[in-house]
Amino acid sequence: MRSWARLLPNYFLLTLFLLVVILPILGIVLSAFKTNQEIAKGPFSLPARLSFDNFVGAWTGGHFNNYFRSSVIVSTVTVAVSVFLSILLGYAFGILSFPGQNLIYGVLLIGFMVPFEAVVIPLYHFLNRLGLVNTYWALILPQIGQSISFGTLWMTSFFRTAPQELVDASAMDGCNRWQTLWHVLWPLARPAVLTLVVLFFMWTWNEFLLALIMVQDDRLRTLPVGLAFFQGRYVADIPRMAAGSIIVAGPIVLVYILFQRYFIRGLLGGAIKG
Amino acid sequence: MNKKYHWPGESRFLGYLYILPGLVIYLLFVLYPVLETVRTSFYRWDGFTVNRTFIGLQNYRQLLIDHQFLQALSHNLIFIVFYSIIPIILGIILASLLGRRRLPGMTFFRAGLFLPQVISMVVVGVMWRWIFNPVFGPLNAFLKLVGLNSLARPWLGDFTLALPSVGIIGTWVMYGFCMVLFLAGMQRIPEDYYEAAELDGANEIQQLRYITLPSLRPEFGVALITTIIAALRVFDLVYVLTRGGPGDRTLVVAFLVYRAAFQQNRIGYAAAVATVLTLIILLISFLILRFQSRSEE
Repeated sequence: MRSWARLLPNYFLLTLFLLVVILPILGIVLSAFKTNQEIAKGPFSLPARLSFDNFVGAWTGGHFNNYFRSSVIVSTVTVAVSVFLSILLGYAFGILSFPGQNLIYGVLLIGFMVPFEAVVIPLYHFLNRLGLVNTYWALILPQIGQSISFGTLWMTSFFRTAPQELVDASAMDGCNRWQTLWHVLWPLARPAVLTLVVLFFMWTWNEFLLALIMVQDDRLRTLPVGLAFFQGRYVADIPRMAAGSIIVAGPIVLVYILFQRYFIRGLLGGAIKG
Repeated sequence: MNKKYHWPGESRFLGYLYILPGLVIYLLFVLYPVLETVRTSFYRWDGFTVNRTFIGLQNYRQLLIDHQFLQALSHNLIFIVFYSIIPIILGIILASLLGRRRLPGMTFFRAGLFLPQVISMVVVGVMWRWIFNPVFGPLNAFLKLVGLNSLARPWLGDFTLALPSVGIIGTWVMYGFCMVLFLAGMQRIPEDYYEAAELDGANEIQQLRYITLPSLRPEFGVALITTIIAALRVFDLVYVLTRGGPGDRTLVVAFLVYRAAFQQNRIGYAAAVATVLTLIILLISFLILRFQSRSEE
């Protein structure tokens, strides 16, 4: 009992800081269930009934169904390919040895220090010449390129710490390098890979600048760009804008809740992605 | 730690097979565009015509006296206060007040405080645009509720208040990250340090100054790099909230790049701004990392 009393100021402080984060989010969630008349009555009233009309309105009328499909396609392909390539890259730099290794490693790491702003201008003209502007490829390929830059760093540092005895034993058992990677090291790598999956998913799902520039066809827009355009057109339609925001943030928040440990580990681990 | 060696009968070029697919995508879609940005910055080009005019350093020379660029850069520097300095101070204050004790339920608070980190900045922007909304927004409604009508403002439309209004959102996004970061760091400091300090008669402030803060150096490095880069790269928020307005009062460097390259067709100029932004980011990261590694010696 006494220790509880001593902890009370701590909890008070934490709750205070937590409320500042949560209250704005709660406000937008409540707005998503209100009618325009209720919005006009002021922000502190509760919605009269739990209606999903605004979500339906945003989903079909606001084209969020299209944006959602685009986001799922772009994120799934980008994350799957990036994670697979990052494992191969990390394995090559962490375990294998080949000429020019350090130089190539250094070149790969530049990518996660440079921001997309430094890339988009020529990238647009380059992809335009390839006929890829206004396709999902214009979003997928550059994001794979930038993701694997961080992925190389992340997986290399994992493979460098992998126990050498396992690799040696695997060679003794007659496994080749490929089998060693997938049969011997893969079980150990899974937590590190999962962190990579959630980070890549978050970056791709939320990516804005590239999607804003590379895609003009509304049917191909991703959720963040779709939401930005939606709010540009319907500034006064707060309930539907709020519903759209929840459609954009919902999936990532869900993944975050499920894999919280991996998110925080990845972001605290100095994930200073550019 | 020379544990890398070739297995019997293995080609020394085997590693190339593993890196090749990733490296090709990286070279084509990241490194080539970066180099091309730098090259473009030495030209005058409208993006449509085939002819580019080589003008040497003229784009850069123009930047030094370019009112828009200097204004945008100064706004990014002001954002460092909101994105970096205030959140780090708040993080340190909270971490030192909570102390080294492990609190039951901390996972819950940690998850909540971290939440703004995972949400799209466009969503954050839409949310705060609602909060700042002069008619329907909760901020002005709250001020009216507590009788401070006179303080109610069209926050994002106000020439002096727009910039700090956008900036405070950065504080909202970043402070939980800093708190969780520093709290995690404090768990790492051995308890005997504090016991020894107490035996020597050091008070709480002295313990903070001589034990906690120096031990948290790696966390300071991560916090500084993450938050400063975020402050220098602000784009999504400004795009959603103000488009740089009113009257360029919230113009930031990344938005200037976008506007010049994709709305005004000043490709060479935009490339020069993008190059300068990248150099500033690389320089700051380098300085912080150096400061870090020196302190580890």
